Amino acid sequence: MEFKVNVEGPRRMFYILPEGGGDPVFSISESVVTGWLVIIIVAIVCYILTKDLKKIPETKRQCAAEYIVKTVNNMIEVNMDKESMAYAPYIAAVFAYIIVGTLISMVGFRSITADISVTGGLAAMTFVLITYTKIKFNGLGGYLKQFINPLNIISEVATPVAMALRLFGNVAGGMIITLILYVALGSASGALYNAMGIQPLTLGDGSQGYVFNIFQIGIPAVLSVYFDLFSGAIQSYVFIMLTMAYIKMGKE
Amino acid sequence: MNEALLSAQATVLAGQAIGAGLAMIAGIGPGIGEGYAVGKAIETIGRQPEIKGTATSTMFIGCAVAETTGIYGLFVAIMLLFANPFLKFLTGTN
Repeated sequence: MEFKVNVEGPRRMFYILPEGGGDPVFSISESVVTGWLVIIIVAIVCYILTKDLKKIPETKRQCAAEYIVKTVNNMIEVNMDKESMAYAPYIAAVFAYIIVGTLISMVGFRSITADISVTGGLAAMTFVLITYTKIKFNGLGGYLKQFINPLNIISEVATPVAMALRLFGNVAGGMIITLILYVALGSASGALYNAMGIQPLTLGDGSQGYVFNIFQIGIPAVLSVYFDLFSGAIQSYVFIMLTMAYIKMGKE
Repeated sequence: MNEALLSAQATVLAGQAIGAGLAMIAGIGPGIGEGYAVGKAIETIGRQPEIKGTATSTMFIGCAVAETTGIYGLFVAIMLLFANPFLKFLTGTN
């Protein structure tokens, strides 16, 4: 029985081939295309929730919008301070982008956060914000003074690297584990069919196998609830919590 | 493909597989650390049930930070298993 796990990075969706063939000179990956979809989803939800607002809320939509804004503001007040409300839109936007981008794997797309370029970009944005806050509150001299101890350079670089790798590692690790279990369950049901004496068919790509694998029904969904839903939500929450914690540290 | 290159490739692949397994030893530390953190959080909730929300969210943050070293190990293992970083050094030999 063949046991083959193909773990691939994000596909190239659009690309420009150079004249005379060879590797593409410019390509747009699956993560970027799914990222556009995520942005459209978030924008549509924002538009629907904030349409014709009243001073006294009348619709459920406005109550939901106010609840979301209040939750984010409350989180910032608890974890940072009242003067930091200017960071609320950034925090909420990053949270919406990460959580929709991670949970989009529930409807069959590839999670955008399972691509280290995306998480690296988000971590770089946060790093710029942290550095900006540090320079704003301590002055350029005060910011550079900490590098008298060269070990601080490592901790400064480790912050975005750890943030990027934590989000990427959790989502991609969960994806790979789910995939490995899926292949293993297909292999197990193949062995069961073999023992029952059912002959394998020739599939579309020429390999021998079964179309209908009984163990693959339902069981991977249990892992998916943990790795996609729970882990994804926790990790996006952790990402913004760490962003807030680092910004708060930068203010001191 | 000649025989020497084939055996060299087999050696590299075996080394990658062993290395990926060894890299996942890094999972021990976060396991112990997170278990300790969760135990302490439950003790705190048992003593002061009114701060359950704060304790839980702080615990998740701490767990996620403690997980980082394990994630580094996982990252190295994934690189070794699926990206084959060392096979490209062999291509010059044929």
